[in-house]
Amino acid sequence: MLDHTPTPVMERTALRINPAKTCQPIGALYAALGIHRCLPYSHGSQGCCSYHRSHLTRHFREPVMAATSSFTEGASVFGGQPNLLQGLATVFTTYDPDIVAVHTTCLSETIGDDIPQIVGEARRQEIIPASKHVIHANTPSYSGSHVVGFANMAAAMAKAFATPIESKKRGGDRAQINIVPGFVDPSDMRELRRLAEATGLRPVLFPDTSGVMDAPQTGHHQFYPDGGTTIEQLQNLGRAEATLGLGYWASRPAAVAVEDKSGVPRELLDLPIGISATDRFLQVLARRGGAIGADLEAERGRLVDLIVDVQQHLHGVKVAIFGDPDHVLALTEFCRDLGMHPVHVLTGTPGKRFVAEATRILGDKAPHSNIGGEKDLFLLHQWIKNEPVDLLLGNSYGKHIARAEDIPFVRVGWPILDRAGHSLLPTLGYAGAIRLVSRMTDALLDRRDRDAPDHEFELVM
Amino acid sequence: MNPDPMTELDQISAAQLAVANRELGPELAVPLPRDTPDGAALATALVESYPPKVGRKRSKHIRVNDPSTIPTIEANSRTVPGIITQRGCCYAGCKGVVLGPVTDIVHIVHGPVGCSYYSWMTRRNQAIVPEGEANYLPYTFTTDMTENEIIFGGEKKLLAAIREAYELLHPKAIAVFATCPVGLIGDDVHAVAAQAREELGINVFGFSCEGYKGVSQSAGHHIANNGLFKHVVGTEQLPDELKVNPIRVNLLGEYNIGGDAFELERVFARCGIELVSTFSGNAQYSDLARSADANLNLVMCHRSINYMAEMMETKYGIPWLKVNFIGAEATAKSLRKIARYFDDAVLIDRVEQVIAEELAALEPVRAEVLSRVGGKPVMLYVGGSRAHHYQSLFADIGMPVVAAGYEFAHRDDYEGSVVMPTITVDADSKNIEELTVAADPDAYEQRKSPDEIAELAERGVRLGEYDGMMAQMAKGAMVVDDISHAELERLIAEYQPAVVCSGIKDKYVIEKMGVPCKQLHNYDSGGPYAGFKGAINFYTEIDRMVNAQVWRLVTPPWATAPAPVG
Repeated sequence: MLDHTPTPVMERTALRINPAKTCQPIGALYAALGIHRCLPYSHGSQGCCSYHRSHLTRHFREPVMAATSSFTEGASVFGGQPNLLQGLATVFTTYDPDIVAVHTTCLSETIGDDIPQIVGEARRQEIIPASKHVIHANTPSYSGSHVVGFANMAAAMAKAFATPIESKKRGGDRAQINIVPGFVDPSDMRELRRLAEATGLRPVLFPDTSGVMDAPQTGHHQFYPDGGTTIEQLQNLGRAEATLGLGYWASRPAAVAVEDKSGVPRELLDLPIGISATDRFLQVLARRGGAIGADLEAERGRLVDLIVDVQQHLHGVKVAIFGDPDHVLALTEFCRDLGMHPVHVLTGTPGKRFVAEATRILGDKAPHSNIGGEKDLFLLHQWIKNEPVDLLLGNSYGKHIARAEDIPFVRVGWPILDRAGHSLLPTLGYAGAIRLVSRMTDALLDRRDRDAPDHEFELVM
Repeated sequence: MNPDPMTELDQISAAQLAVANRELGPELAVPLPRDTPDGAALATALVESYPPKVGRKRSKHIRVNDPSTIPTIEANSRTVPGIITQRGCCYAGCKGVVLGPVTDIVHIVHGPVGCSYYSWMTRRNQAIVPEGEANYLPYTFTTDMTENEIIFGGEKKLLAAIREAYELLHPKAIAVFATCPVGLIGDDVHAVAAQAREELGINVFGFSCEGYKGVSQSAGHHIANNGLFKHVVGTEQLPDELKVNPIRVNLLGEYNIGGDAFELERVFARCGIELVSTFSGNAQYSDLARSADANLNLVMCHRSINYMAEMMETKYGIPWLKVNFIGAEATAKSLRKIARYFDDAVLIDRVEQVIAEELAALEPVRAEVLSRVGGKPVMLYVGGSRAHHYQSLFADIGMPVVAAGYEFAHRDDYEGSVVMPTITVDADSKNIEELTVAADPDAYEQRKSPDEIAELAERGVRLGEYDGMMAQMAKGAMVVDDISHAELERLIAEYQPAVVCSGIKDKYVIEKMGVPCKQLHNYDSGGPYAGFKGAINFYTEIDRMVNAQVWRLVTPPWATAPAPVG
């Protein structure tokens, strides 16, 4: 397995091997699925849309409906306006969405198609029904990553709909709080809403793929499932006390856009994975008018109790963490809280901030850790060969490294293509942290059981 | 919802079918169930939801089948933007399908990161390489193009990436694949490849397979065939010790998804058929390079590889035979054709013996599965060959195909190779290069004379031609090319099939409708389904899907029954 990966690290300047990221449009497509009755639309070659739908489908095991401009060579030379006009006509006639969210690809970006101009033309030609909406995000595949694409489409929602609203009160006494959840599973979005509601606030998540990418089996395919942020909710983002952007990479642009468009202040937080980040999330909700009640405190207490119970198994465990930057930073902090040593911390997504943040989180451990921003899994594997670890945390693409180096592996993040249930059970919040601790401990103890000689193979651990 | 079990099995007899299929003539369709909806009315209804112009265009892609008078169908033309298509791109066909499975070529994707990322291990091409040989399948390589290269050009980065790959891995060969922006910014992957070839002394070759070329994956297959033919085929000689057995074949268009090629390797070995190369499942660079030394090309997925078969026949004199190793009867028939082609008494006997033994092991499973699934309707919307090939597997277990179509096929895949001279190439496909090929004065060796080929045809071994899907489908079955989401959903609602075979993008839509879906691009999991053991796997898989307990749990008990008394 991965037999051709040499232990000595040779510096590469041009060749990416086994990337730890993919391209922007897939993130934009996923974000767009989080608007109720929205059809994501890929303006480019049809292969992009096919790949993105396939990959998202494999992670969520759910239908991923999206349309494409199906560029041919002619469109690539003469521009994609006719394709987008035809595409919008077909989509609104046949699939009747309330909103179409257009994202670009490297092809349409390279030829410079002007999406607002083409959408304006579609309006003039009455291709877009008067009551319907078309929003767009520029998501060139040659910059950023899938996380950035998600961020750009989330920001596009705010840019299109957020407006200043003077009277904050509406719909009862509870204060509204906007939450940009980041590139996380529907289970996580559901959990964030539950936590915010438990503080007595009225959360509006955008995007919100819960109820869309975890739709129930009923024997009936609902083309637009019940979930998703409604257009009315997006139009009322300005009513909120604040917008919480969870994760710098995936959520900052949307939180900034809400503030720019409506004046609602932004609060930028880490993705609430693990105990400390969840604590801060709740503290900010409390500062914005929520209350942390006894139930939430008990939930936290159960997590701490579990950590106490298994601390002996986690303390000093050397771990390698890879994936999307918001996930990796939050996981790194959590592993530190658990007394583990993140020896290798790596993301494929560009952004200098990652190394700085990881260094800050690792504190006195930082000089003894490899921290990689905009790196790849080939390098991660080489790091592990040079400095072995006891545990690997990351998405399904880590399984080959885990096998090659015989390391216990816990799947976390996106994409998970070889296991099921991750999109139904949370990773975020205290509940998610309990799951993570449980799974990490199980992985480590399973390994100990596997390797133990008979006389050390114990019933009680 | 899952349809009720059919009770019309009595109208077909598996034994009758099996006997009929033993001969080498056209395979028989399982008759449609008596309550199958009227095709003509449905064909009209299918396009009702579209803008009128789109509806008229789509109507040309929809035909009610008549195997005695095969209708003309529109295919291989551009997809309507916005319609929600199954189709992918030229790059996916070239790198993803044809080249990607070759284990020891370093495939460098020149472009933004996504194209290499999505085609990385997702096709489930398996390989077991000889000890000490390279296997790069768990790796993906890309130039990860950024804005800087889009503006200033990416050729330098590509050359640097090739050098780095060579320095790290010292592969036998490096292939370079162009993605959408590469063509637009004017990077010349062929020039860079030529420079690297010169510099490194290994074979480095490029493919201009930008995603926007053609109308589907199909253009990429053609470009891949051209590149392999130009740069690889015939560049190495088969060692003399491997030339002892004249019964030497190449297996074209078998990508070893889920281990299909492993099963065929097993069957061939049992029969004494020497496999020179497989294009490109479980294949190594040298296998392909030596393929001109085979004496027959077996064409499995003709849609993706027929260009190669034609070009090798012209240049090297190797005839090609369309085969289908999907389905027990189809596999037996294909083996018999190979035996007759080589006209070798030992081979003919051995093939019969292998067929007898394999069928004896398979028959009890087939009979048992048929008793549970026979008569239940099936739909297949997939690929460019599989929607046809898999009909043979369903015929084995008595399941009628009520509707089928391809994602990226051409007219001949529906109507048969006989229509090829009448196919007009439209503007979207005319830029895909057609290589001019002539007999090689040194390497051409006529394997069969025209008289021998004619005689073989009389004996049921038709070289260089094939039937399309329509010839094997029942009268009244629905054929839809490049099906849209709207059409697929409508067809499922009307036909209430017991199983739909499709791709990953449709799979969960279909299952949300309460109908099990067998994903037939990479199978999702499982396989092999080719050959005899593969057929057994498929029968049991379909049995599992159709009769799974879970479908009985979809409706909660309180919806239909009073509460239990505790």
